[in-house]
Order: sequence, then structure tokens, then C-alpha cells
Amino acid sequence: MIAPPKPDLITVNVDGREIAVPKGTNVIEAARLVGVDVPHYCYHPKLSVSGNCRMCLIEIGMPAVDPVSRTPFPVAASGMPRINWMPRPQIGCATNVAPGMHIRTNSPLIKDCREGVMEFLLINHPLDCPICDQAGECKLQEQSTGYGRGYSRFIEQKNVKPKRTPLGPRVTLDDERCILCSRCIRFCKEIVKDDVLGFTDRGSYSTLSCFPGRALANNYSLNTVDICPVGALTSTDFRFKMRVWFLKQTNSIDAESSVGANTVVWSREGVIYRITPRRNDEVNDTWLPDSARELYKAIHASDRLVAVKVNGTDSALEFAVGAATGLFRSSAGAIAVVGSGRSSVEEQFLTRKLADALEAPTHLVSRVGQGDEILISADRNPNVRGALVVGLIQALPKTRVAGDATPSSRLTNGDVGVAAPVRTGGLTELAAQIDAGRIKAVVSLGEDLAAAGLTATQLAKISIVYLGTHANATSAVAKVAVPTLTVFEKSGTFVNQQFRLQKFSRAVPGPVGATDDLVVLAKLVAAATGTKIADEIGPLWSVLATEVPALRTVTVANLPATGLLLDGTPWAVLPFAEGATLHYKPAAEPAAAGALKS
Amino acid sequence: MAVIPVERKPLTLVERTYLPQILGGLKTTLRHFVTPKQTMEYPEQRPAIPPGYRGVPVLVKDPHGREKCVSCQLCEFVCPPKAIRITPGEISADAPDAHVERAPREFDIDMLRCIYCGLCQEVCPEEAIFLQNQYSMSGYTRAEMINHKDRLYELGGTLPDQHFKWDKKKAAEVAGNAGH
Ligand code: SF4
Ligand code: SF4
Ligand code: SF4
Ligand code: FES
Repeated sequence: MIAPPKPDLITVNVDGREIAVPKGTNVIEAARLVGVDVPHYCYHPKLSVSGNCRMCLIEIGMPAVDPVSRTPFPVAASGMPRINWMPRPQIGCATNVAPGMHIRTNSPLIKDCREGVMEFLLINHPLDCPICDQAGECKLQEQSTGYGRGYSRFIEQKNVKPKRTPLGPRVTLDDERCILCSRCIRFCKEIVKDDVLGFTDRGSYSTLSCFPGRALANNYSLNTVDICPVGALTSTDFRFKMRVWFLKQTNSIDAESSVGANTVVWSREGVIYRITPRRNDEVNDTWLPDSARELYKAIHASDRLVAVKVNGTDSALEFAVGAATGLFRSSAGAIAVVGSGRSSVEEQFLTRKLADALEAPTHLVSRVGQGDEILISADRNPNVRGALVVGLIQALPKTRVAGDATPSSRLTNGDVGVAAPVRTGGLTELAAQIDAGRIKAVVSLGEDLAAAGLTATQLAKISIVYLGTHANATSAVAKVAVPTLTVFEKSGTFVNQQFRLQKFSRAVPGPVGATDDLVVLAKLVAAATGTKIADEIGPLWSVLATEVPALRTVTVANLPATGLLLDGTPWAVLPFAEGATLHYKPAAEPAAAGALKS
Repeated sequence: MAVIPVERKPLTLVERTYLPQILGGLKTTLRHFVTPKQTMEYPEQRPAIPPGYRGVPVLVKDPHGREKCVSCQLCEFVCPPKAIRITPGEISADAPDAHVERAPREFDIDMLRCIYCGLCQEVCPEEAIFLQNQYSMSGYTRAEMINHKDRLYELGGTLPDQHFKWDKKKAAEVAGNAGH
């Protein structure tokens, strides 16, 4: 998408305050800009306007003009124009501002309207808050406190509706709580283009349901839970697990593909309970694939590595570093480094440093699957561009042809992910060199060499130093295996498909026995070069800024939460695997210079 | 600071006999022989607990034996010393109380932390937790001083209910609206 030309600004007056807003802004957004809250349910900034909840009622008026001269009537006393207020309130979500428009959000009429709307919404509402997962982040709770009447006049019996209807494998519906805002319906129709939800019945019998024979099973179904303003749609996984007010929020990045969707990780006392999207209008809007929300389960997978191993027996980090150094010395000149597109920029930089010190050729494992054109791209490595930026690799790893694909949907070795097979490869060159006897030792940054195409005989010919989070064929045969941290347990940065540098932060501490990748890499680099190198993000970034041209002006401390676009032109000619996704068009297609930008 | 020397007066002859003091003491002792007793034979005898007393916090059931707590975790949130620890749970869809949906899987109150403030009782939306009359808690280990769910219900017993809100909900569901 080409950035829109400078928007025409028009001036409106919200509760007596003038503000210039772009043309086409609706009243809710205009009021938000002056810090005025217009309560709403059905309006969502990324969905079409349906205008059915009526919570956003406001009064609008225009300056009165003389019908003959077309000039505004001034009011004699104050000199201000006279405003002709519309006699009836209007909905703010479906009213676009017009030049000179006056908006009143706090008049007695509006207060009355809101109380009335709240009262109707609550008539059949179960007031289940003690057993409702939404409590604490519920718009109905907040707005009935802020704008409701505070008592009920309803003495009749409330409607009772089904309370645990599964709509799909991951979403459970509590019908009673639904306020019929239709956000979920519009989301499925407009964003996922999987039109499965609809309302049946009339009046207070209206019920959200799936079309017969269909289920809300797409990989974006949990976004409906996020946008449901009440506790009607609940996540079957998170249901009744923990109250949201206990959870600590940490900003993170979805590591399942190069889209780099922004996320919030919700944890309590070192345990992650859920992952939700974080709004970034340039990357993922307010959405997140369901598969990204399950990645944290890999943290407690049974195959998680927690013990340093040297030659298969438990050891300690110092001995492991010693053993690795010995190995580097004995096979000097015949070492290769297999970096990872899942490592952070900082780790990839230290990996490059290690490869430089060992004078070792570097390889990267490619992971290519089917993109879904929304938020999962074909390149399932979150940070291949980071490896290019820090100079770990010069060209993209070669993808294996579809024929010899290893069906592997394992993203961080937990049993999650997208159903379509992901082809792992990129090591053909390395395989040839091992066969030729030119490579005797390989350092692998969490990459399973067997899954990436090396045969058991080739693995047997080399000594492996493995730094990784989960057990696999490579860690099993590694001479030195050091357990490291998952993306939830460390901080760092990724460069996504748009060359947007985005940071993720540590949400929970790592398991006992695992060491931060940066610490291990820094120790290896220090052992190989004889000089110490920074092993923490802060000091490491000053090194990065001096040594990596693309990062010269960047400091990680003031990297915006929505990321920073790097200049990707030096790599624009490379044949990246991605097809179009939500805010990304591949460079080749429109062949436009601005294509890498959103 | 100024030092003010105070001269100590010498004792009189009568005072030196100590007799006035002994007699005064005996008088007090003899008076207590005849006035009503102030103490009791604890633990055989126990004091009457006044209404509103805040003893050990416990969980209660309603007169039908339904556990009232729905594990909303508000008491855990409000508890100033963080003495309460709850693992929420779901009531299975075929249980008689399925319409209540939630019940605590685990509910621990650490009586070494509890300060008997009564905020949990005040905040509970289900009237499930009360500081009742139990005031003596003792144990040999720290673990013994943590009241688990079964112990909390054993101490709490059953209290009368004014609302039966979940029974009403069930009745509405059964009588309910023919449309469903
Ligand atoms: S949807 Fe909101 S108001 Fe309704 S029961 Fe849940 S928390 Fe309470
Ligand atoms: S389920 Fe939630 S999002 Fe869907 S219509 Fe009802 S209230 Fe709106
Ligand atoms: S506040 Fe009441 S209902 Fe909620 S968890 Fe505590 S005891 Fe249970
Ligand atoms: S937000 Fe405007 S009608 Fe619902």
C-alpha cells in the first residue's frame, strides 16, 4: 500500500474544543483525539460500521447560516456563531465529521440516552460477573459503571439461554451474555472471509450461531474472543483459568512467521496463561492467528532441554564451553556454523562474531510453508532479514523442493502450528561439504540438522555443538548441548518481512538449567577470540550500532513499541519467499520502491 | 540539658516497718476473694463470642449443601497480606450444579499470613467466605497452618441463605422461555 497523501484536515468542535481531524474520521475517533470517550460496543476501528448497539449516541449541530447571504449568523452577545442542534441524537460511529460540525457528548439528553441504552442491554443480561471470564476487561461492566443508571427497574424473569455452546474447537459461546453487537460476525466475514456466524431468531430470543454444518474453526477464530466486548465468546483454552487482573502484560512478537505480529503475553508468577494481539496498524492491525496463541505451551513441553550435556552426560556450562573450545581447536578450519532465522538480531550478531572468529562458513535453515495471506507468511522464520542485516548470511538459504519435504509443522518444537507442512532445508551445501570431509564440526543455533536435510551418516561424521531449547535428533547426538531460552524467556529484536525492527521482552523466567542464548554465545565468542564481548542487550546494542551499518542510528532503548522500519533496499533484489499478507506486498509484484513499506 | 538534683526523703519510722504496704496489699487480695471472677478456665471454658467477631476465615455451603464459592478470586485480589490462593475450576456439564459453572479446584488460606481484616468476607459476591468464631489456630509446622479447601468447608459448615440466587436461576431456566 502506498501511504495516503496528506489528509485534508477539517475542523470540528467536540464539547467546546476545536480540533482538526482528517476528512472521513467518524465522531468516535474525532472525540478520542481530544480525549473524550464516546462509549460504544459495535463499532470497531478495523471493521465496517453496523450501528446497531446505539451506545455511541451524540448530539450534532451545524453553525446556522443566513439563507440569503450564506454567511454564518453571529450571536450578538458573544460573537460566536449560533448552532442549530439536531433535535434527535445521532450515532457517532456512523457519523463522519463535516467542516464546522459541533458535537456534544455530555448533554443531559445524551446522558439520558446512554442510561436508556445501558438499561436495555442489561435487561436480559445475566450479571454473571463473578463467574465471567470477561470480568475486569468487560466493556459492559465499565460502561454500566460509567454511564449506567446504577439500579435495575426490571422485575420480570430474565431470559435464560445456553451457557456453554462450543462454536468451534477453540471458542465457547455463552449466549446469555451476548449483546448482539455483531462484531464477531463482521470479523469472520470481512477479515477472514470465512462467513460462518450469524444471528438466528428475533428480539430477545436472538442468538448467535454457526451456520448449520459449519464451525468457527479458522485459524483466526480467537480474535472474535478478543473483540467481543462482553464475556459471550470465551476462549476454551483460557476459560476459567485465571482472572485477568492478576496477569502481567509483556509485549512480545509472534515468532511463527516473518509477519512478526505484535502480541501481549499475559503471565502470573512465571506462568503464561494467554497471548493476545497488540495493535500495530502497520503490521497486524488488532489481529493474531490462533496458532500464535499456543506457542507458549512449548515452554513446558516434555522434550524441553534443561541440562547441559557434554558427550551425553550431565555437565555444567563452563565445562561445556571448555569442551566446545577444545572441539574448535581440534577441528580448526573445518567448522561450519548453522545460524537460525528464529534467533534474535542480537544472537545472530554474536553468531556471526563466532563464525568470524572460527573462520567458519555460515548457513541458515530455511523454513517455507504456505502463507495464509493474512498474518502467516510463507517464510516461517521470524528473523531471516535480521540475519541479512547483521551480516550473518549474504544470500537467502536455498529452499528444498516440494518433493522431499519433511512435513513438520512444529514451530518451537511444541505440538502446535499450522496444519500445512513446512519445508525445512537450506543445508544442501553443508551436506556436500560434510560428504567431502571438509567439515568436521558444526555449531547449531537451535536448528535440527536432521530435519533440515542432513542424513544420519552425515550427522555421525561431524561433532556438533548444539544450543537449543528442545530435544531433537541433533541434540541427541551433539557432543556439547546447552539448553537455552524460548522467545518468551528472553528479550531481543526481530526484523520482520517489511524490514521492521521490533522488540520482544522477557515475560517469564526460563527453567532452571537453561541459559540465555546471548550468554552462551558470548562465552563461546570470548573463548574463540580471547576477548570478552557484551552478553546483554543494552551493551550489545552499542556494539551493533558501531558494527552494523543498517543499525547505526538505532538504539534499542527507544525503539517504539510498534517497531522501526529499517532501510531494506540493499536486499530488495533477493527472492524472498513471502507472498502478500495483511500489510505486506512482495517487492517483485508491483515492482514499486515503496512496496516494502506497508 | 539541665540536671536537676532531687533530694530523696528519708523513710519515716512507720514506713520502715513496711506494715502499711503489707496491709494495703492484703486488702486488695481480700477484696478479690469476694468480687466476681475476671478469668476463666481456658480451654475448658470458652468466652462467648460477640456478634461481628472476626475469627478464622472459612468457606460455607448453602442449606442445600452446594458450595457457594465460585472461585471468582476477588478475595484473593483484595486480601492485603496475600494469604488466599485459589486455583479456579469448572463444574462439569453433567453435574447437578452445572449452571453455576465455576467452583474452586483448590482454595488455600495461609493462616500465618491472614491478618483477620475481613476484607474477603466483605468483597465476596457470593457470600461464601466468612470470618466465623474460630479464633485459635495452632500447628507444629508452617504447612499445618495452611487451611486447604476441605478444612475450610469443615470449619465453615452451612449458613442460612437469603437469596438462593442460583436456585432461582435454575428455576428460570426450567420454567424458562419456550423459545429455547
Ligand atoms: S459480560 Fe461483562 S457484565 Fe456480563 S457477566 Fe461478563 S463481566 Fe459481567
Ligand atoms: S458474541 Fe460478542 S462479539 Fe458476537 S455479537 Fe455477541 S456480544 Fe458481539
Ligand atoms: S470472593 Fe467469594 S466467591 Fe469469590 S473466590 Fe472468594 S470466596 Fe469464592
Ligand atoms: S457503536 Fe455506534 S451504534 Fe454501536
